[in-house]
Amino acid sequence: MERTTLDLWVGAFVVAGLGALVVLALKVGNLSTYNVSESYVLQAHFTNVGGLKPTASVRSSGVLVGRVTSIVLDTERYEARVTMSIDKRYQFPKDTFANILTSGLLGEQYIGLLPGGDDVMLASGDEFKKTQSAVVLEDLIGKFFTSTADAK
Amino acid sequence: MPIVKSLRVIGNRTVNAVWRTGYATRFFVMTLFYSGPSFKRFRLIVKEMFSSGVMSLIIILVAGMFVGMVLGLQGYETLKRYGSESALGSLVALSLVRELGPVLAALLFASRAGSAMTAEIGLMKATEQIAAMEMMAVNPIARVVAPRFWAGVISMPLLAAMFSAMGVFGGYVVGVVIIGVDEGSFWSQMQASVDFQHDVLNGVIKSFVFGLAVTAIALFEGYDAPPTAEGVSGATTRTVVQSSLAILMLDFILTAFMFQGA
Repeated sequence: MERTTLDLWVGAFVVAGLGALVVLALKVGNLSTYNVSESYVLQAHFTNVGGLKPTASVRSSGVLVGRVTSIVLDTERYEARVTMSIDKRYQFPKDTFANILTSGLLGEQYIGLLPGGDDVMLASGDEFKKTQSAVVLEDLIGKFFTSTADAK
Repeated sequence: MPIVKSLRVIGNRTVNAVWRTGYATRFFVMTLFYSGPSFKRFRLIVKEMFSSGVMSLIIILVAGMFVGMVLGLQGYETLKRYGSESALGSLVALSLVRELGPVLAALLFASRAGSAMTAEIGLMKATEQIAAMEMMAVNPIARVVAPRFWAGVISMPLLAAMFSAMGVFGGYVVGVVIIGVDEGSFWSQMQASVDFQHDVLNGVIKSFVFGLAVTAIALFEGYDAPPTAEGVSGATTRTVVQSSLAILMLDFILTAFMFQGA
């Protein structure tokens, strides 16, 4: 069996195809920013998560620090329990606020962390004690109508 | 009696369609069954990859480039109205990686390589090369069909990946270089919204399934073609029509499975 120019062409074709896949994974996708081992888990309870979804971002001062991994209903408290994995480089004080915010007027929802002043840092598996739920537009409109009705 | 006659025609067509489906299924199973020997002679697969994969490269790359450029232009015009031109990168990348890359690459592959496969095998049959092989105790499915099948199945995901990468580049050229969308937000929005497993890997799975469907249809149509000039041309037409329909239908089914819920 000898090498031919045909092999060269097919080899170049396969290499180019695999190269395109690598480009899609690294440059287009976010595989390069995944650090699964370098993260720790935090939890928070919310009375209403609104439109928050798994893989939504967790930000502090606008910087991406982690992602939401799961959202389940805690049947003991009848509240949503949100689990998120946070980058190991970032530590947060025990009295950090976790708020569900919206990027832009109609953008997707994310969790914003507002650090407090406590000396003790949150460890893996800990929970944010202070949370603020998503703003539900219907509640807001409802409040607006009842307040205008009271004023009359 | 026109009613009896039309009933007879309908019945005949139905029986024929079922018969042909069974024959196609047996053909497909036989192809898989005789794949072992053709993997031992990998040279045959490489040779077919040249004619179906490498020869499709130019049309795939040029088409991918232009589709990406059109997406960049159209996406910009629409996103500009909402003041979110920075989302152009994620629009171009998501639509290419999820849908347009696999689907358009498969449609081009069906008309470029699938039709050639059908015509080649149909002509082999018409000129009795297949019968000659059987006379020499060479299994035509192992020697002719299986290598072409695996060459198509291997080539298709690679071609689709190149199509998507080229399309992203085309979107980049139009969006960032020509129109002047901010380069940083173009790439960062893209990377924030495209997930490797959910989007890129699912696109690869899609193109793999399309490659399977296109080559199976093309090979069967060629093998089943009536051994006349008219028969081969009809089979080639059927290959393009049926594989295009199969691609679009399979795309709907796969999308429904992959992107339901979250």
